[in-house]
Amino acid sequence: MQAPEPDRELVARELVARELVEEALAVALRSGAELAEIFVEDKRSSSAVLDDGRIEELVSGRSRGAGIRVVAGDTTGFAHTADLSRSGLAAAAAAAAAAARRSSGGPRPVAVQPDVRTGIGSVAVRVPPESVPKSTKVELLTAADAAARSEGSAITQVAARYGDSRRRILVANSDGLLATDDQVRTLFSVSCVATGDTGLQTGRESAGRTVGFELFDTYDVTGMARRAAHRALTKLKARPAPSGTMPVVVGPGGGGVLFHEACGHGLEADLVAKSASVFAGRIGEKVATGLVTLIDDGTMAGEWGHYAIDDEGRPAGRNVLIADGVLTDYMWDRIRAGKQGRSSSGNGRRQSYQHLPMVRMTNTYIGAGADDPDSIVADTDRGVYVAQLGGGQVNTATGDFVFGMTEAYLIENGVITEPIREGNLIGNGPEVLTRIDALGTDFAMGSPGTCGKDGQGVPVGDGTPTLRVTALTVGGTAA
Amino acid sequence: MSEALLDVARRVVGWAGANEEVEAFVVRARETEVRAYEGEVESLTVAESQGIGVRVVLDRRQGFAYAGTLDTDALEATLRESRDNARFATADEYAGLASPDGVEPAPLDLYRPELDEFPTDAKVALALELERATRAADPRITGIESAEYADVVYSSAVASTAGVAAATSETGCYLSSFSLATDGDETQTGYGYCVGREPSQLDPARAAVDSAERATRLLGATKAPTARLTVVLDPVVTAQLLAIVGSTLTGEAVLKGRSLFADRMDEPVAAPAVTLIDDATEPAAFTASAIDDEGLATRAVSLISGGVLRAFLYDTYTARRAGAVSTGSAVRAGHASTPTVGAQALALRPGLRSQADIVAGIDDGLLVQGVTGMHSGVNPVSGDFSTGAEGLRIRAGELAEPIREVTIASTLQRLLLDVIEVGADLEWLPMSAAGVSLAIGDVTMSGI
Repeated sequence: MQAPEPDRELVARELVARELVEEALAVALRSGAELAEIFVEDKRSSSAVLDDGRIEELVSGRSRGAGIRVVAGDTTGFAHTADLSRSGLAAAAAAAAAAARRSSGGPRPVAVQPDVRTGIGSVAVRVPPESVPKSTKVELLTAADAAARSEGSAITQVAARYGDSRRRILVANSDGLLATDDQVRTLFSVSCVATGDTGLQTGRESAGRTVGFELFDTYDVTGMARRAAHRALTKLKARPAPSGTMPVVVGPGGGGVLFHEACGHGLEADLVAKSASVFAGRIGEKVATGLVTLIDDGTMAGEWGHYAIDDEGRPAGRNVLIADGVLTDYMWDRIRAGKQGRSSSGNGRRQSYQHLPMVRMTNTYIGAGADDPDSIVADTDRGVYVAQLGGGQVNTATGDFVFGMTEAYLIENGVITEPIREGNLIGNGPEVLTRIDALGTDFAMGSPGTCGKDGQGVPVGDGTPTLRVTALTVGGTAA
Repeated sequence: MSEALLDVARRVVGWAGANEEVEAFVVRARETEVRAYEGEVESLTVAESQGIGVRVVLDRRQGFAYAGTLDTDALEATLRESRDNARFATADEYAGLASPDGVEPAPLDLYRPELDEFPTDAKVALALELERATRAADPRITGIESAEYADVVYSSAVASTAGVAAATSETGCYLSSFSLATDGDETQTGYGYCVGREPSQLDPARAAVDSAERATRLLGATKAPTARLTVVLDPVVTAQLLAIVGSTLTGEAVLKGRSLFADRMDEPVAAPAVTLIDDATEPAAFTASAIDDEGLATRAVSLISGGVLRAFLYDTYTARRAGAVSTGSAVRAGHASTPTVGAQALALRPGLRSQADIVAGIDDGLLVQGVTGMHSGVNPVSGDFSTGAEGLRIRAGELAEPIREVTIASTLQRLLLDVIEVGADLEWLPMSAAGVSLAIGDVTMSGI
């Protein structure tokens, strides 16, 4: 199945008529604001869940609406509505304008033009998920269940989830911008529980890309299920994690979360502007070892954090944040960039039309280094090897961050030995960046993630080669 | 407002086919959020949202679909889609909707017109006052990460072919302040909250002082050597811990082999000081509601009593499968989610002493003011527990030097058994569990 080349004008027309957009913007501007913006979203999602050996439920749904933002001075007014009629949009525009009220300026006419520079994110989608029968999606789940359980009777529980979404957006503003995007995502995950003498352990594996059902041409769900089962079984033999400060080697693809937390959030311009980041005022300074070049790149086609335009209508960018250890730039949305007299870096994102955009990461990665991954482990006398990381969290103001290890092993005398139980690692961003002393040649992207900030979740990707941090605190219970 | 929603739900249920069970859950919310920054309104969001979730059970197979609009076309399409989804589910003898169980909903007064009618200007004034008071609380407060007023007027209704017809309206509001304290190059953060059903119950001065005190008292914090000691969890931290404990005590986790307490009914699973109750009929709870998200009356459930495991939480499905009855514990993440079983308003039975008195009795310990990574470092299936922590060292009964960048680790099983004392300072927070000071012995603090 080949998706036809989408017509931008058509996509825009289907979401909401151009004259309604222009009218709403004119209403929004009537209190004398500098900027009015309308964000229209039509998102269809479907998911299917297998749990406990049964196809538990299929869920499908649609949410559609518009968020209208009005900026006057330092104040932003925002209102949203699920009513995309002329009167619905006008009411939301009036509410947003009232929220950002200033001196009255009277209505100001606005004309918007489709932006020919912006592309459409899903042009690469070969098999639109909505074209795939539900029964085919269900078969993936039952195949994964059978494969996981075939790993042994100690696998006592399997949950598998399939999900897809198609998110069509339109952004228009009082500068005359009109941009659209069509974003398709497909995701599959398997979680297993293994039961043994030591209690219960879990293992998880997931794959997600900004593609259609062709995701499964690349990802074999039975292989994923077996890896998840193996993870849970391995951990049955795990001993308590050590406690204290020691070298930590993170496997390929895993370390992205580390950078996401250690410095990614701290490089978001909104936090920097409020001095709520340890990286505020440090552009041009050496903040990391020379090995570290950190890039946030929303243009990486297929990756989980990819899009053609951000949720303010700005094309996604490839932004170098740290080059050879030197801090070169922050990530920007429209408002923060405007205050600095520069342009947005394409990092203005929002969870849905019901949310205000803010500065967010996309795909954040460190490229391959020059070290042999095996040598990195062999050169580590005693420490921890983390094969798979869980989520993390950071306090950007202090730089203190944690991230979870969901599959980890001891390194003893340069050899990966016994598995250890789950726990958090804790470090301080600016310190950890100066303690990265080895980068492998084996770059890989990590698992698809959801990044939370201020209660909004957005899909993000990350990647790194094998890397070593000379000292991190491992939060286990063993001495 | 909720009666109109019930009409919408009943309308959809009226379209049910023969032998088809249909349940409609309809919500509407009106929310306002004001953020203040440097004496100005940084953002003001006013939002109305609504939606419907439709469950269909046909031949013991369940389907679900949702929509974010309530026009007739959307309602019809949602029912159709839900019906279609049901065809692909595995037949399950326990599948089915909730039936009225004769339990009357508690007479709770959770809707306050005072909030519904509270002018936007007054909301803005509260947010500005919170920001001003936080800055004024201490000269070392040099910045505000966020100072926010938020409220919601929430209505929901459930109707079904099984005879359920219930509706509720609730109001709630809160203030939250996240402050930055600096001393030279060093920055520390603190938080303060207050919650209410109407704005007159909010106390911006208290949230501001809490926020400033938490930030300033961490100034000078250092990493500490690894040690095994007694921790005292601040109320907010306890509430986060309770939310995780609650997730292990659901019928869902038990039936699916994911609960570490599955085989422990009527056994001691915690210290005798621990009595844990989930009670959405507690009117002081921010998440109080007289009906659950399947339309049954909520009720108090004693999960752990005097340290002994006494009950699990059940919704209709898990109750049927377990041969039990629903405890009125069906919850939904919103109209786009199917109901599942979960805790709604968890609280420990408070003890007799203040946090200060508890601290006075501890020779060597750590007052944990904040934790990070609860979602990544705690596994509710295995019980492994490890989180980042910051707070104040306790030495000879006194709060001593501030500590940061350490982790505290144990297992959920051991944490509950190692509880030494529950404080008297129970407070409801903008979440589904109450905060209270909690002293726990023998926890590993990892540092240098």
